Amino acid sequence: MENGHIIEIEKLVKKFPMGKGEFIALNGIDLILDKGEFAGLVGPSGSGKTTLLNIVGTLDVPSVGKAVVLGRSVGNLTAKEAARLRKENLGFIFQSYNLLVVHTVFENVEFPLLLLKYSSQERKKMVMDALEWVGLTDKVKQKPPQLSGGECQRVAIARAMVKRPSLVLADEPTANLDAANSHNILKTMETLNRELKTTFLFATHDDKVISYLRRKIFLADGRIEKEERTDD
Amino acid sequence: MKLAIKLAFRNLIGAGLRTWLNVIVLSFSFVVIIWIKGVLAGWDLQAKNDMTNWEIAGGQYWHEDYDPFDPFTFTDSHAPVPPEFAEEIAAGDMEPYLVIQGSVYPQGRLQHVTIKGISPEQTLFMLPTGRLDTVMVDAIPAVIGTLMGKSLKMGTGDRVVLQWRDANGTFDAAELLIVDMFNVSVPAVDAGQIYIPLEKLREMTGMQNEATLFSFRDSEKERPDMNGWVHKSKEELTKQVDDLIKVKTGGTSVLYGILLLLAMLAIFDTQVLSIFRRQKEIGTYVALGYTRKQVVGLFTTEGAMYAVLAALLSAAYGMPFLLWQAKAGWTMPIDTSEFGMAIAQTLYPVYSAGLVAGTTVLVLVVTTIVSYWPSRKIAKMNPTDALRGKIQ
Repeated sequence: MENGHIIEIEKLVKKFPMGKGEFIALNGIDLILDKGEFAGLVGPSGSGKTTLLNIVGTLDVPSVGKAVVLGRSVGNLTAKEAARLRKENLGFIFQSYNLLVVHTVFENVEFPLLLLKYSSQERKKMVMDALEWVGLTDKVKQKPPQLSGGECQRVAIARAMVKRPSLVLADEPTANLDAANSHNILKTMETLNRELKTTFLFATHDDKVISYLRRKIFLADGRIEKEERTDD
Repeated sequence: MKLAIKLAFRNLIGAGLRTWLNVIVLSFSFVVIIWIKGVLAGWDLQAKNDMTNWEIAGGQYWHEDYDPFDPFTFTDSHAPVPPEFAEEIAAGDMEPYLVIQGSVYPQGRLQHVTIKGISPEQTLFMLPTGRLDTVMVDAIPAVIGTLMGKSLKMGTGDRVVLQWRDANGTFDAAELLIVDMFNVSVPAVDAGQIYIPLEKLREMTGMQNEATLFSFRDSEKERPDMNGWVHKSKEELTKQVDDLIKVKTGGTSVLYGILLLLAMLAIFDTQVLSIFRRQKEIGTYVALGYTRKQVVGLFTTEGAMYAVLAALLSAAYGMPFLLWQAKAGWTMPIDTSEFGMAIAQTLYPVYSAGLVAGTTVLVLVVTTIVSYWPSRKIAKMNPTDALRGKIQ
């Protein structure tokens, strides 16, 4: 982290056992991501983008090579340390929202703060701030089944952002949304990126998302094919 | 832990009907277990109280040859009242019994009976002996229990011929008049027993100032065996009841074991289903910063919380029921008088704090174990697969 890099990946290989052999999902990835980037892993299904996102999110470990996230080497973290890193510094946004269905909107967004042991007053303020960012302050008492897909994803964004993480990982965040909702969501995330300087890393093959990315990392067959940067 | 409890509570309340079905089944087990145990405790207490009030008082001294289960011993098991007992007898704190064998001939039938001589003035027992204090020239006054009355087909005011043998072995006979009857749940006091005035029996048998056994009021006093007389403590005399309750407790344990098993099956089933159906949720917890161990803890807490909610629900509807039962009692649907054991027709359950706390702890521990068992699977789950809801 001393060098300002949020993510440093070097010669990363990820293999999965498959029958008697193995499947290579990532094959020699080198990648550096700096603070405040709005970047995306772009590629078709099976290109390895979700696998890479999972490793960066400390939900998986590299088979070979090095992945350093926020100064911590993912391969060397214990389960407890990885959980702590996720709890304190990482936010996740999933394709199918992954909201806790029996909890209200407020409780869903409050969840990461409960893990961080904020006081009740602090939690209330932070949750309401996060819901204001995504425009859902009027839905605090509703539960996910009562919300539209777009609203659910906005709750997921609020949940990812409420603790002001250093890095937000978004896996196909617009895959279940229509065009209007997708643009809304992306604009919200872009605004949060600019205002809070939170680093965003997407995994996507959706053109709408790609059009918002300032850095596109194209993956194919587990390798980085090319990169494109767009100026602010 | 505080967080796990908070989240578990939210999850359970949020799960709605599924939670309440489990809680209702478990709370039913709670109430039934406490009720059955309460009935047994009540029975134990009632049996001991009845034995104390009707048969043994604070304890007894038996003639060394006396065996209540062998009537042939009655012939020789009598001796003069020891002078050491005189003071307590005079104060009404000790009552001598003279016990002999006899026969009665109701409606021409022969029936063997145990004739017990007891002082009409005694205050040690609830036996209605006051009615024996009647001067009669043509009959011997006697009181019997309702069970005995049923067996003899006789009631108050009826007469019957009584035959007995005196101290020398000579047969004699006289007419007996039933002056009173009593109802008691202690069969040993009722079945086959005829109570007549002690002095009358002594006169009939020529066993002046003799007795077969003594019952005393004070159970605390140190009482050694005496020459020819064996001390029987209250605990010793009620041991039979304790043994019976122990056997009953073992039997009913099977019943509440089944009840508990049914409730546990429901919880186990819910937990197993939860782990399959809530994989995405499990993955989400891990992504948000929980370790898999903590998720196991959360699911186990959820399961254990069924027991807590069940305890609360049981308190809400079970407490009024249990208290009503303690007051109104549970009347057995069949006649218990011929069961041959000290059991009242209506049993009044007795609930101790230990019984309630013990049952609560037992259910809580068992529920926690049953919840933990399937939750261990979470520890082996791959979080990336769980996030996608892949069946593993």
